[in-house]
Amino acid sequence: MYEILAKEELAPTIKKITVKAPLIAEKTRPGNFIILRVNEKGERIPLTVADYDKETGQVAIIFQEVGYSTKLLGSLDKGDHIHDLVGPLGHHLEMEGYKKVVLLGGGSGTALLYPKVKGFAESDAEVITITGARTKNLVILEEELRKKSDRLYISTDDGSYGHHGFVTDVLKDILENEEVDLVVAIGPVPMMRAVANMTEPEGIETIVSLNSIMVDGTGMCGACRVTIGGETKFTCVDGPAFDAHQVDFEELMNRLTFYQNEENMAEEMEVD
Amino acid sequence: MAKNPNKTPMRNQKPEERIHNFNEVPYGYSEEEALVEAERCLQCKHQPCVKGCPVEVPIPEFIDAVLAGDVEKADRIIKSKNNLPAVCGRVCPQEEQCEEVCVMGIKNEPVAIGRLERYVADYNLERECEPVEDKDMVTTYPEAKGRKVAVVGAGPAGLTAAADLAKYGFDVTIFEALHETGGVLRYGIPEFRLPKNIVDKEVNAIRELGVDIKLNTVVGKTITVDELFADGFEAMFIGTGAGLPRFLNIPGENLNGVYSANEFLTRVNLMKAYKYPEYKTPVIISDKVAVVGAGNVAMDAARTAKRLGAEEVYIVYRRAEEQMPARDEEIEHAKEEGIIFKLLNNPIAIHGKDGRVASMEVQEMELGEKDDSGRRRPVPIEGSKWELELGTVIIAIGQSPNPLLTRNTKNLKTEFWGGITVDDNLQTSREGVYAGGDVVTGAATVIKAMGAGKDAAANIKDYLISEGKKNE
Ligand SMILES: Cc1cc2nc3c(=O)[nH]c(=O)nc-3n(C[C@H](O)[C@H](O)[C@H](O)COP(=O)(O)OP(=O)(O)OC[C@H]3O[C@@H](n4cnc5c(N)ncnc54)[C@H](O)[C@@H]3O)c2cc1C
Ligand code: FES
Repeated sequence: MYEILAKEELAPTIKKITVKAPLIAEKTRPGNFIILRVNEKGERIPLTVADYDKETGQVAIIFQEVGYSTKLLGSLDKGDHIHDLVGPLGHHLEMEGYKKVVLLGGGSGTALLYPKVKGFAESDAEVITITGARTKNLVILEEELRKKSDRLYISTDDGSYGHHGFVTDVLKDILENEEVDLVVAIGPVPMMRAVANMTEPEGIETIVSLNSIMVDGTGMCGACRVTIGGETKFTCVDGPAFDAHQVDFEELMNRLTFYQNEENMAEEMEVD
Repeated sequence: MAKNPNKTPMRNQKPEERIHNFNEVPYGYSEEEALVEAERCLQCKHQPCVKGCPVEVPIPEFIDAVLAGDVEKADRIIKSKNNLPAVCGRVCPQEEQCEEVCVMGIKNEPVAIGRLERYVADYNLERECEPVEDKDMVTTYPEAKGRKVAVVGAGPAGLTAAADLAKYGFDVTIFEALHETGGVLRYGIPEFRLPKNIVDKEVNAIRELGVDIKLNTVVGKTITVDELFADGFEAMFIGTGAGLPRFLNIPGENLNGVYSANEFLTRVNLMKAYKYPEYKTPVIISDKVAVVGAGNVAMDAARTAKRLGAEEVYIVYRRAEEQMPARDEEIEHAKEEGIIFKLLNNPIAIHGKDGRVASMEVQEMELGEKDDSGRRRPVPIEGSKWELELGTVIIAIGQSPNPLLTRNTKNLKTEFWGGITVDDNLQTSREGVYAGGDVVTGAATVIKAMGAGKDAAANIKDYLISEGKKNE
């Protein structure tokens, strides 16, 4: 059992929970994720580690309440317990050897972006962060990102804050004017695909972090399989980050829809 | 007195009922049935059955105790060699082991050793008999006191190693990646074949020996082998199993509706999707399902699909009837439950519609020349492709060793297929690190994994105590 030490609402439906998990805090590096089960009857859900501190042994996760399990998680308060928590899982990101890096986060993908921004900030690279949201009150982690980035751009779909439009518009501008050697994109699949399409003709190394459906998260079931460069890989152990230009986004999108009806059904049931 | 030539039959739940529930299929012997069966044992002096058992359970002795009405003693006799008798009585392939060499079996049916083992184990579990320490059977070493040994993986190999090491007197901790113990016993073998409360009870008995079990801990990720040694563990047993599912590598395998057997069974067993929506993990199954493969895993997947409401369930297997690797009882039960066997058929592609499985293209085969394994190799019959319409495909063609630990541990030698390399003592390329079970042999059986756990425990004991590594 893992006690919730703090809970914060970053934006409507986007929450941050901090738990004590010293072994995980000790081992996590940017890009790793954990799997948790809220209670004994819960699903195993993968969530990126949003922040971690070796000193205090604390681990934070940020999630958007999109389905039954994340809503249940969001209904917990400080002092409540999470039944199971395992990690860190997946490969971390290699961060050395880049000069100028652009990191894009869309929606709650921004939360997943934060540890990577922090990691690159500690490397020698110049860090440009672009974060997007539908509207102003869904913009999260602005201060934190600003602190760790050399430049921060914000875009909103409705123009209520920052650039009016998509994160990819901002990226396009940057790519036209500057020499960038790595792009990292995390967010909804269409956004990641748009980024991949934009950088591929330029030959710019681009990494996306995939949010496949998972069960065990340790390479045991293959639920998370994705096609990378024509080969089947398991997101949980081979990823979650992959070369964006090799990802079969169409297949990924299809696989993500498989349990949609069940998800709706579960949501209709009460969260107790 | 003339002995009954046939095994005392086991009463089973009726097929037409059991395909609608997940309750255990065989009911187990009553006291009366057990006595009738125990009577059939010839009490041979040379005891071939004991040698047929990978952990050498003193079979004639425990059957004798059953006959004498002392079922608790029978339990102690079994437990001196086998820490998980209620499990083994249910899932061991007895027909290839003890029962295969049973003298009674030369002219008649062999003694139903597995069923008797189950009877003894259940009798004692139900009555919650205190585990009586029998000093002749378990040796405790004072030199073991306070010395830490780590066990990785809470499957049958790890659990057995841990139990024996604890009996020797070591301070044992098991590290398990999942949120539950049991390994395949929990996530793979379904409730109707191995009720999970049996696994719980057996695991609790091992906990009572003083074994500490740390769940949600992936060795290689959460903590490394080197860190465990630095933490004061003096030796380690790795029993991480063979859980990495193999796929066919045919077109269409990543369509929605194609599962590995591991995913399908894990959803249903470990995550209890058969109780969805009470339990929150879903599993989607269509009216027509094909399971590719014919081992225990395939039978389990097919029978599970049936219970989840599939109308037609096919076993599609490229070899012939006599080559099916599953236990006889599982094949028999599957047939009774209306599973349709399409043998000598090889899947070559899965076709989809709107991203979901719509059909599977299959190639008919015939048996040709013998291959290296001595089995006649299936070869395609020209012009005999056909299409099976269905909505779910479950791939059950085998698993490879779990790679997470080996990938993240330095200087641990592995075979080309991923298994951990060990010497005759089950020691790996790293001193003090032993391994056994499916991670060494590739997917095998519960009892072989237990046998390896047992041998490794004895060797670890020798390594730490007899061979001068005493309290350095
Ligand atoms: C569906 C199915 C049906 C079967 N039916 C039968 C049968 O009827 N009879 C029979 O004899 N055999 C059967 N088998 C085979 C049998 O279950 C296995 O041979 C046996 O369980 C192997 O035991 P093990 O302890 O080596 O590994 P496992 O049971 O696989 O246990 C390994 C454990 O290690 C854990 N682990 C893996 N990596 C790590 C890590 N890095 N850190 C921590 N923990 C880790 C895993 O989570 C798992 O709990 C069946 C197998 C399956 C899949
Ligand atoms: S989640 Fe099971 S293999 Fe990746």
